[in-house]
Amino acid sequence: MSNTANPERGGWHGFESGQALLAAAAGLLAAAVVAQTAAAGLTQPRVAVAFGLLVALGELVRISLPGGRESAPIAAAGAIGYALLLSVGGVPAGHGAVQVIAVTAIGMIVGALPHVAVGRSPRLDSMARRLFAVTAVALCFRPLASWLPTVERQVWVILVVMLALLALAGLVDILIASMVRTASLHIRFLTALRDELRAQTALGVAAGATAVLIALATHAMGIMALLVFTAPLLVTQVAFRRYAGIRATYLQTIRALSRVTEVGGYVESGHSRRVSALAVGVGRELGMSEPDRLMLEYAALMHDIGQLSLRDPIPGGATVLAAAEQRRRIAEYGAEVIRRTGVLDHVVEIVRRQADPYCPDGVDTTLPLASRIIKAAGAYDDLVGSSADRDRQAAALERLRLDTVEYDPAVVEALSRVVERFAAASSL
Amino acid sequence: MRSLPRPAQVYICVIVALAVLVIAQAPLGAIDWPTLLVLALLFFICESFATLLPSEGRVHVSVSFSATLASVVLLGPVGAAVIGAVALFAMRRDGLPLVKRVFNGAQFALSAYAAGVVYELAGGYTGVPTGEDFSWIIIPFVVAVVTYVLTNGLLMIFVLVLTQGVQSVRGHGGALAPSVVPYLGYGMFGLLIAALWGTLGPLSALLVLLPLFAARWAFAQHAAQQAAHEATIAALCQAVETKDYYTRGHSERVSRASVMIAREIGVRGGRLEAIRFAGMLHDVGKLGVPTKVLQKSGSLTEEEFAAIQLHPMRGLEIVREIGFLDEALAGIMHHHERMDGRGYPMGLVGDEIPEFARVIAVADAFDSMTSTRSYRDARTVDQAIEELRRWSGRQFDPEVVDAFIKAVERHGWQRPEPEPRLPAGALETAQHDHDDPSVPLRVTGDGDK
Repeated sequence: MSNTANPERGGWHGFESGQALLAAAAGLLAAAVVAQTAAAGLTQPRVAVAFGLLVALGELVRISLPGGRESAPIAAAGAIGYALLLSVGGVPAGHGAVQVIAVTAIGMIVGALPHVAVGRSPRLDSMARRLFAVTAVALCFRPLASWLPTVERQVWVILVVMLALLALAGLVDILIASMVRTASLHIRFLTALRDELRAQTALGVAAGATAVLIALATHAMGIMALLVFTAPLLVTQVAFRRYAGIRATYLQTIRALSRVTEVGGYVESGHSRRVSALAVGVGRELGMSEPDRLMLEYAALMHDIGQLSLRDPIPGGATVLAAAEQRRRIAEYGAEVIRRTGVLDHVVEIVRRQADPYCPDGVDTTLPLASRIIKAAGAYDDLVGSSADRDRQAAALERLRLDTVEYDPAVVEALSRVVERFAAASSL
Repeated sequence: MRSLPRPAQVYICVIVALAVLVIAQAPLGAIDWPTLLVLALLFFICESFATLLPSEGRVHVSVSFSATLASVVLLGPVGAAVIGAVALFAMRRDGLPLVKRVFNGAQFALSAYAAGVVYELAGGYTGVPTGEDFSWIIIPFVVAVVTYVLTNGLLMIFVLVLTQGVQSVRGHGGALAPSVVPYLGYGMFGLLIAALWGTLGPLSALLVLLPLFAARWAFAQHAAQQAAHEATIAALCQAVETKDYYTRGHSERVSRASVMIAREIGVRGGRLEAIRFAGMLHDVGKLGVPTKVLQKSGSLTEEEFAAIQLHPMRGLEIVREIGFLDEALAGIMHHHERMDGRGYPMGLVGDEIPEFARVIAVADAFDSMTSTRSYRDARTVDQAIEELRRWSGRQFDPEVVDAFIKAVERHGWQRPEPEPRLPAGALETAQHDHDDPSVPLRVTGDGDK
C-alpha cells in the first residue's frame, strides 16, 4: 500500500524550511526575553507564577483539531489575559511586555514537557504561532496600560482597546498559520487563509472572550478569579476535543471500510486510498476549500463501492476498461449506497456523476469539480496501479490528456503535477 | 390542550395560575427594571437559538440556565420568576405548541422563584455583589441551583406522568439522575455573570456565555458527526448484505441483540458502543467469499468451506484500522468459535474465546434462525431459543445464552418481517447459511458432521 504523506492528518511531517525559521525565531525571542527577565527580576512574582501555571496547564491539555491543527485555547486565554491585566484586586499590575512574553514562553515549555516525555514531539510551528500572537498583544498593550482610564470610570474605552488587540492577535495567529499551511500542503495562500478563518474562529472568539474575562475578573476579584473564570472555556475545550475525536474516527472508519471492495476482489489492493490521496492533492492544486476537500476525500474513498452490485468483479477492478454503460451503473449504485446514509448528500452527487464525460458535446458546466477529479484520479490509478514506473505513469497521463471528451484538461494538468510531487517525495 | 388527559389539563392550569400569582403579587417598585430587561433579553436570545449543551445521558442543559441563575442573585425571587416566564416568548425552530410554551414559561418561573426564595433563606444577598461579599454568596447560590434543578425536575416529571403515563418516566428516571452534576456546573456560570455584573454590567454575561456558545456549536457538530458515522457504517454494511436477498437487516439485528446481551452481562459505556458497531460489522468479511460459494446448493468442497471459514479474518482485515473498535475487533474475528473448540478460524476453547465473540455468536445464530432462509421458513422466537439452549455449552457460552434469554423475556424481540420464500431459481440466493447452528454446513466427504 502506498503511504502518501498527508499532512492534513496531523502529526509531524518533515521539518520544512519555513517552519524551521518560524520555530527558530520564536526560540530566539523566548531566550532573549527570559534572559532579560532573569536579569531584571520578576515584578509581582505571585501573579506571574499564577498566570504561568495557567499557561502551562493550557499547553498540557492542548487539543488537536480537524485538519491536523493544534490548539491550546486555555493557554492562549491565560497568556493574553496576563498581557491585558490592569490590576490584581485593586493593586495595579506593574509587569512589562517582556515579562509577559517570558512567562508565556516558560509556561508553554513546562506544559509541553510531559508531552515530550511520553514521546509526542511538539508542534513547534504552532507553539511559535501562539507565542507571537501573545507578543503582539503584550507589546501593544503593556505600554498603554498606565494611560488607560480606570475600569470603574470608562470600562468601554478599555474594552474597545482590548477587543482591537484581540483582533490583532487573531490576525497574527491566522496569518502565520496560513503561511505554514500554504507551504506544507501545497495550497494557495488565499485558500489556506479561508480554511484557517473557518477552522479557528469559533474557538478563537471563545478564547478571546475568556482572556478579557480573566483580565477584568482578576482586576475586580483578585487572583482566584483566574481559576473560576477559565471554567466556561474548559467546557468549550471539552466540546472541541470531542468534535475533533469523532471527525477523526469518522475518517478512519470510511478509510477502513473503503477496503471492502479490495477484500471482495473488485479492485486492486490500495486503489481507494491511492485515488483519495491523488484526488485530495488535485483538490488542493485547484484551490478547493477544506470542507470541499473533505467531501472529495470521502467520495474518492467510496467511489468504487458501487462495484459491490456486480456479480462478478471486473478484471483488475479497472472501471476505465469497462463499458460506459456499466461505469454509469456502478456510479449510480454507489451513489445509492451512500444516499442511504442520509447524511453525505454532497458525496452522493459527486459519486453519482463520476462516470459522466467532461465534454460530451460542449463543456458540461454542471459536472461537479470533485466528480471530474475522481474520474481522472480513478482512471489514472486503474492504468498505473501501485507501480512506480515513470514511463507507465507518463503514458497514463498522456492517455488522459488526449481524451478531452472524458477528462477535464485542467484537472489532468493538476493531476500530473501531483503525480510529479508524489514521485519526488517517494524517491527521497 | 383538548387532546390532553383531564388530570394533565388541571395540573397545567394550576402551575400556570401559581406562576401568574407569584409574579402578580410582587411589589413592582422593588424590582431593578434595567437589569431585568437586559437579563430578559439575554434569556430570550439563549432560548431562541436552541442553545442546548449536552450532558451525560439524553438530557440537555440550555445556556439560558446560566442566565436564570444569574438573575436569582441580581434580581431576587420575583425578578428571576419574570425572567423564567420569558421562555413563553422564545422563538424556537421546532415550533413548540402553545400549551407547551405556556407550561414551559410557568415552570421556569416557578423553579426560578423557588430558587430565589431558598437563596434568600440561606442567607444570600440580592443585588449586584461587591468584592467583599462574593465568597459569602457561594453556599446560598449552590443551594439555590439545587433547588432550581429539583423543582424543575419534579414539575417536568409530573407533567410527563400525567400526559404520557408512568412508563415514560421510568425511562427518563435513569437519565435525569446523572444530569444533576452538569446542571450544577452550568448553574455556577450564573454566579460568574452575577459576580462581574458590578464591573462590566451586561457585558459580563456576554463574555461568560461566548465560550458556552462556541461549546454548544462544537457539541452540536459532535452529535451530527456521530450520527453520520453510525449511519455510514450501517449503510455500508447494508451494501455488503445486498449480495444475498435473505440476509437484509441481519447486521443491524445482530448489533441490536448483541447490545441486549452486553447490557445484561454488565457491559457499559464505551464498550457497549464498541460491541454495537462490532455486531454491525461482524460479517463484513463475507465479501471476501466468492458469490458462487455463498449461493451454491448442496455440499461444499473443502476449498469452498475453507473460503467461508476465512471470512472472520477478512472482516478483521477491513476493520482492523478502526481504532475505537478496540476489543470488539477480537469479537469480529472470533465470532464463529465454539465453546467445544470445533469452531473457526482458530479453534479456541471456552474462556479462550473473547467475551465479545461469545456474545456476537449467540446474537448471530439467533437472528439467522428467526429469519427466512431459502431452504426453510423463519423459526419462531421460542423455537430459536430452544435451539440456543440445545447448543448451549457446546457451541455457545451458557452464561451468554441465559443473559440473552433474560433480555428477550424483558424487552421482547422483533423478528424481521417473514420474507415470502422465493420459488427456487427465481433469484440467486444462498443455499445455506454459515450462521445457522441447526443446519450445519455440509462438506463433501464429511457426511455426518
